[in-house]
Amino acid sequence: MLKFFIRWVILTLGLAVMLDFPFAFSNNRVSDQEKKVQISSQKRGNDIQVPLPPFSEGIFPCSECHGEMETNPQRRELDAHEDIVLKHDEQNRWCLDCHDAKNRDMLHLADGRLVDFKESYILCGQCHGPKLRDWRKGVHGRRTGFWNGQKKYLLCAHCHNPHAPRFKKMKPEPAPEKPGGSR
Amino acid sequence: MNHKYKHQGKSKPGEKLSRRKFLKTTAAVSALATLGGCGILKGEFFQKHFKTLTKADIKRIIQRLESEYERTYGKKFTVSAREPLTGTEFGYALDISRCIGCRRCVYACVAENNQSRHPQVHWIQVLEMEDEKGIDFIHSNLYYDHKEVPHEGHFYLPVSCQQCKNPPCVKACPVQATWQEPDGIVVVDYDWCIGCRCCMAACPYGARHFNWGKPKIPAEEINPNTHFLGNRPRNKGVVEKCTFCIQLVRDGRYPKCVEVCPVGARKFGNLLDPDSEIRYILKNKRVLVLKEDLNTQPKFFYFFAT
Repeated sequence: MLKFFIRWVILTLGLAVMLDFPFAFSNNRVSDQEKKVQISSQKRGNDIQVPLPPFSEGIFPCSECHGEMETNPQRRELDAHEDIVLKHDEQNRWCLDCHDAKNRDMLHLADGRLVDFKESYILCGQCHGPKLRDWRKGVHGRRTGFWNGQKKYLLCAHCHNPHAPRFKKMKPEPAPEKPGGSR
Repeated sequence: MNHKYKHQGKSKPGEKLSRRKFLKTTAAVSALATLGGCGILKGEFFQKHFKTLTKADIKRIIQRLESEYERTYGKKFTVSAREPLTGTEFGYALDISRCIGCRRCVYACVAENNQSRHPQVHWIQVLEMEDEKGIDFIHSNLYYDHKEVPHEGHFYLPVSCQQCKNPPCVKACPVQATWQEPDGIVVVDYDWCIGCRCCMAACPYGARHFNWGKPKIPAEEINPNTHFLGNRPRNKGVVEKCTFCIQLVRDGRYPKCVEVCPVGARKFGNLLDPDSEIRYILKNKRVLVLKEDLNTQPKFFYFFAT
């Protein structure tokens, strides 16, 4: 009887451990990252699910190129990333204000703490606090999904280009027909 | 010899068919044909007001509609009659400071809600207004046609049904073909509407639209996921309006316009839920309703997030 009990305890504990740490059994780099994000999210007390950041193709991980390179913090004309035109408080801002110089695949906050690209809204919220507050509530930004259930959020960077965040003008859909035209 | 004429009443033996008999039969046959042709015998004509139908009636009617639509559009249709969720009263909020007047919502609504392409019906009307005049309907422009929006010195005010709590359209309907559901959505029974357009005259927001002709929708563009009181295909001569996408919101989904707005200006939620987005807006933002002085009490709010 005692034997059975001990075996049952061991099994239950084992199962609980397995369920609690699904990532513990994977050596995959991506899921390790996900784990980090989840842990930090839990610490900050939010459970907002966002899609993956909208990287241009082949651009991430940054360390693939920058890993070997020496860091040059000077404001200058860049040799690469020609597509990036900084129009986001460009008088006072430069790459390494947001991108981390040491850990190339991460962003960093003003106090130096590292932030994953998947949590970039924390970085944006340092300056745009009221926007972040509205976004968490579902009032800033586009929501899809269920009004009484799971809502799909987007990262700031899905709608705003972080390097030039103001919306571009767009072509409107055609005007409605004037009355009489259709009859 | 006379057994043939046994049932011919007063007609005399030998006389083939009396004049009276002939007229009677002809009248009866033609009446039957006419009634049958009009769908009267199929039950459409005697269909009662939606609110007085039993569950079995609704099921039968829906089966008829589904097969009718399937025949017309060559697609499998679902017509739902899903009832309101308890404890919900829907509210909508639109951020005037964000809307750029791109009209994406207008055409997403047309596609989702099976509005007629020709003659054209648009449930959402985006009004362009001058910054200097403010909200001024008389000087607003529905037909703006710029290369790019937002146009310098202008702002945009999309108007559709305001889902009033005190709806003048409902009071104006002489046959009660339009009413407010318990979740606050004002709906139309398209089979009960007589097309008198009194509701259109009563609506201060121009939010009701009349089918002047038989609605034309290409079969490949029709949305087969429909609701009886919402986006099911309509007929000529009935009035229709925005229903907050009743076919989606009663399943817990967001209305289509909320999901397509590229600037996230459209917000939707349950007014009775203190944690909903809509309640956050009402509590924290500067909010207005259109033509407040008319005491229509809209549940469609406009706000400024910035």
